[in-house]
Amino acid sequence: MSAHHPHAIGGLPPEELPQLYLNGVSRAFEGFKAINNLSLVIEPGELRAVIGPNGAGKTTMMDIITGKTRPDTGEVLWQQTVDLTKLDEADTARLGIGRKFQKPTVFESHTVADNLALAIKADRSPWATLFHRADVAEAARIDELLGIIRLGDKRHRMAGDLSHGQKQWLEIGMLLAQDPQLLLVDEPAAGMTDAETMLTADLLKSIAGERSVIVVEHDMEFVRALGCKVTVLHQGSVLAEGNLEMVSAMPEVIEVYLGR
Amino acid sequence: MTSLLRAVLTICALLYASVAVADDFSALVQALPKGSYHARSVVVKKLGLLGDARAVPVLKALNNDDLKVAGDGTVLIVNDTTGAATSAIGGAAMGKPDPNSLDRVKANNMVRRAIRTAIGMLTLRDPDPAKRMKAAEDALKAADPEQIDALDAAISAERDAGVKAVMAEARAAAVLKSDAPEAQKLAAIHTLGDRGDNAALAALVPVANSKEPALAQAAKTALSAIREAQQFWRLAQNIWFGLSLGSVLLLAAVGLAITFGVMGVINMAHGELVMLGAYTTFVVQQVIRADAPGLFGWSLAIAAPLAFLVSGAVGIAIERGIVRHLYGRPLETLLATWGVSLILQQAVRTIFGPDNRDVGNPGWMSGAFKIGQMQVTWNRLWILIFCLAVFAVLLAVLKKTPIGLQMRAVTQNRAMAANMGIRTGGVDALTFGLGAGIAGLAGVALSQVDNVSPNLGQNYIVDSFMVVVFGGAGNIWGTLAGAFTLGIANKFLEPFSGAVLAKILILVGIILFIQKRPRGLFAVKGRAVES
Amino acid sequence: MPRQGLIDRRLAIFLLGLFILTVAVPVGNLAMAGKPVPTYLVALIGKYLCYALLAVALDLVWGYCGILSLGHGAFFALGGYAMGMYLMREIGARGVYANPLLPDFMVFIGWKHLPWYWWGFDHFWLAAIMVLLAPGILAFTFGWFAFRSRVTGVYLSIITQAMTYALMLAFFRNEMGFGGNNGLTDFKDILGFDLASDGTKVGLTMLSAVALAGGLLLSRWITTSRLGKVLVCVRDAESRTRFLGYRVEHYKLFIFTVSAMMAGVAGALYVPQVGIINPSEFSPANSIEIVIWVALGGRGTLVGAALGAIIVAAAKTYLTGALPEAWLYALGALFILVTIALPTGVLGAVETGIGRLRRRPAAKEAEA
Ligand SMILES: Nc1ncnc2c1ncn2[C@@H]1O[C@H](COP(=O)(O)OP(=O)(O)OP(=O)(O)O)[C@@H](O)[C@H]1O
Ligand SMILES: [Mg+2]
Repeated sequence: MSAHHPHAIGGLPPEELPQLYLNGVSRAFEGFKAINNLSLVIEPGELRAVIGPNGAGKTTMMDIITGKTRPDTGEVLWQQTVDLTKLDEADTARLGIGRKFQKPTVFESHTVADNLALAIKADRSPWATLFHRADVAEAARIDELLGIIRLGDKRHRMAGDLSHGQKQWLEIGMLLAQDPQLLLVDEPAAGMTDAETMLTADLLKSIAGERSVIVVEHDMEFVRALGCKVTVLHQGSVLAEGNLEMVSAMPEVIEVYLGR
Repeated sequence: MTSLLRAVLTICALLYASVAVADDFSALVQALPKGSYHARSVVVKKLGLLGDARAVPVLKALNNDDLKVAGDGTVLIVNDTTGAATSAIGGAAMGKPDPNSLDRVKANNMVRRAIRTAIGMLTLRDPDPAKRMKAAEDALKAADPEQIDALDAAISAERDAGVKAVMAEARAAAVLKSDAPEAQKLAAIHTLGDRGDNAALAALVPVANSKEPALAQAAKTALSAIREAQQFWRLAQNIWFGLSLGSVLLLAAVGLAITFGVMGVINMAHGELVMLGAYTTFVVQQVIRADAPGLFGWSLAIAAPLAFLVSGAVGIAIERGIVRHLYGRPLETLLATWGVSLILQQAVRTIFGPDNRDVGNPGWMSGAFKIGQMQVTWNRLWILIFCLAVFAVLLAVLKKTPIGLQMRAVTQNRAMAANMGIRTGGVDALTFGLGAGIAGLAGVALSQVDNVSPNLGQNYIVDSFMVVVFGGAGNIWGTLAGAFTLGIANKFLEPFSGAVLAKILILVGIILFIQKRPRGLFAVKGRAVES
Repeated sequence: MPRQGLIDRRLAIFLLGLFILTVAVPVGNLAMAGKPVPTYLVALIGKYLCYALLAVALDLVWGYCGILSLGHGAFFALGGYAMGMYLMREIGARGVYANPLLPDFMVFIGWKHLPWYWWGFDHFWLAAIMVLLAPGILAFTFGWFAFRSRVTGVYLSIITQAMTYALMLAFFRNEMGFGGNNGLTDFKDILGFDLASDGTKVGLTMLSAVALAGGLLLSRWITTSRLGKVLVCVRDAESRTRFLGYRVEHYKLFIFTVSAMMAGVAGALYVPQVGIINPSEFSPANSIEIVIWVALGGRGTLVGAALGAIIVAAAKTYLTGALPEAWLYALGALFILVTIALPTGVLGAVETGIGRLRRRPAAKEAEA
């Protein structure tokens, strides 16, 4: 399939700066094209679901946005000004891109509260952290976050002792603590009960609006609950884009993804 | 052209000789005490040209003032210290004559010079080709125009092509010093130019500065050709030294490339497994020396499989006893195997003592030969061949055999391999054992070029790790490239910086290189290695 | 994030012990008749305390940041050389060659001028600064290259080993101007105090105890700060830490450099007490031995590292005297046993043991 001009996708007036802009991005691993001429535009405040079969390149796309993987070709622009391909993970995080991993990774030998405290937006330089003093505002913020992720009673537990689902929540909490402008959320519902899945969906919906959110998920119920625009990724490029009903009716999507 | 010339000259010489006094050995010896110094030196010269080996002791005696003549005119050689006399002509013992009854046959500088030349000429006719070669080389260095005749005679009698060529070169050097016609000198320049080594250089340099433009020009051309050739051979020699060092490094490192590269296990006791291989060779040789000296030539062939088994068995024991409990904890493995290395070292020290042990080279491993101007020792050459053979076999085992396939499967995905019915524990032990066994083979080779002592392993461990890290862990082709690159780089740096500094520079170079390519020259890529 | 107390129970007990030692040594050696603390023991204790400080330095990078340095001996030795250079200059004209301008070994190899990098080492203050700067600069440069290009794990360990090995080869060379093989030795006095006198020895031992206490407190202060928590994040999940916006390489560089300087101080205190510094201090085997001190005592506990150093060093003194053959066997076995059977080290094992003992009587009471 051919690459769309990115501005044509959303049909948006060009003067409105997109939050994130990927154009013609490709990345090969030893000849295998994990990302192939991928183009994507995320508007400020937009909630976007990305679906696609295993190995479609969803996680790799997030790696490229966060500077973990360098694309071979193509543009990745932040607010149309910053070239993300030149930055590394720490730079993109400082810029305001937060990420939750497919495999939940929290700091296992720190307490739940410490995990959140370390994620709270603050000066990240060694000097600042060396002389850092906890204050009331920080404590209040941690309380608030613990409330949102409903881990208040686990506050002083080691993060390593949490269950898989609780770790997912903790990681979401850490993501919120960073106060990012763009959230990249990779399979947040894995390991959660149905009820928790719906809570996560609600949470993400409430976050969107102020911030942009990209969610990768295989769980169709979850995607439906998000009720947002869906991008279908296949073999490293966009196969279809639109609302869930529309894309799931498309024969090529059914063939590569839903039909299996 | 030259051969014709040589023939003519030889004939001339022979004619001259026959015209003079009866040229028979005994007559010449009898003639020695007579006449002036000048006459004596002529006789000496004739003795030299005669080519009779019996003349050598006589001339030596004359040179040492040991040649005496009795009242009856018999010429005697009298031993300086014992006073015992022998006949100069027949060599028969003549008892101890009264020193006062004898006259010394005197020699001055002119005579002595003649003696030196004559002896040189006589050695040129020695039955032993090695001695003739030596005499020819000496003549080349001496470059004495007076020797031209003798050289011509020797050349025409010479059967050994190699010796003959050197004689011709010696003659050419002598011709250049003589006042021979220009054509001959040009031919001589040619001959020496073809030789192309330092001796030729020494003979040609004065000619290049001579007044005759044609000769000087020819000599200059020959000189620059020689210098070029020398540069080439120096390069070749350096590469050879580098390859030789590289082969030693490769042998020491390739076992590590398996345990570290393929299994991800840092085995700090690897050097000690090499050491065990060397000591196995020592023990084998001890037994052979004691019980079957005839087998000494086979000692390495016997030691190699034994060393493989000994080190391999120790390796398997290390894997089953220690490393197995530490998979996934590379730093702990490093420390535990370091402990093993200390114990092995100390055990060898307790059993064999702390000193160097003498491991001999079998006959086919000792000596050297020359390729052009490059010196190649047999032991280094065999080690290179051995190392490449080990590498090839290893490659075949890993790529072509079922056990190799299982090894790769286990290292890539342990859980999956286990599910497919591979006994991962056994495969781990075998892989480790293979790496250890190769370390043992390395020990056999190292025993031929290095001191066999309890510290043997320590001396190689840092280098081996550098090779593996530089080449890229997990890829034994990388190890090959790494070993030879480092070996050659080391040998090329050495002339400029000295051996120690070269090593330091290489280490610093690798440290910097790792910054650029953290996973080595031939990195294994993929997600698994990143996490 | 409430900050943990600076001094926890472990540290309090250890510091108390150290305090008792600093009182007992001078009293027992200098003030009491019959010297219940003989001078050789004073020197030995001083040496162990330096090792303990070195172990704490290594624990800081290995225990808290996951950087297994196999080259910490190099920083220790550099600190030692800096101090040794000062002590060398203090000898003045009292050397064998009685040369007022040059140390003996330079006269011996025929040097006429003091090389520039020896200038100013007759001032103690400059030497003291170099004790920190020399290891600090080496660690900073090395770390800057290594951490920036994300060399981690065993690769990092191996190149730290190569670093110290290269330095060892370099210092063996006479042309380096550090005494080659023999190193620096024959020291006479420090700041005017005779190094052979009991008073100076006691003083140096007490100074070592103070340095160890200071090192422990500084390390504890760092590790309980938020920076310390980030270090643990780096140790456990380096990549994740980056995604939170922390520049991991800066953190590593910071702690590596601090640790190297601490090791340098340990080396500087060590040299006047043992009276010599030579290139063998750079040998890879020495650096690896430091690791086993930390592992034995308990990685990531600071106090454990110090204890481990003292235990192993004392065992070494005893065994090399009593059963010289046995020492390497014992050390080798220690490496194996600690890594396999004592992953939390002696301190961890003792603490869980005590915990269990406490719980058992409580459980019995509950049953009754
Ligand atoms: N570092 C890497 N080295 C080699 N191949 C890689 C690497 N990263 C990704 N790939 C390959 O790129 C492809 C896309 O992987 P990616 O993880 O992005 O898929 P995904 O869409 O996230 O799949 P899933 O739904 O299973 O999470 C896969 O085939 C994977 O093997
Ligand atoms: Mg994925």
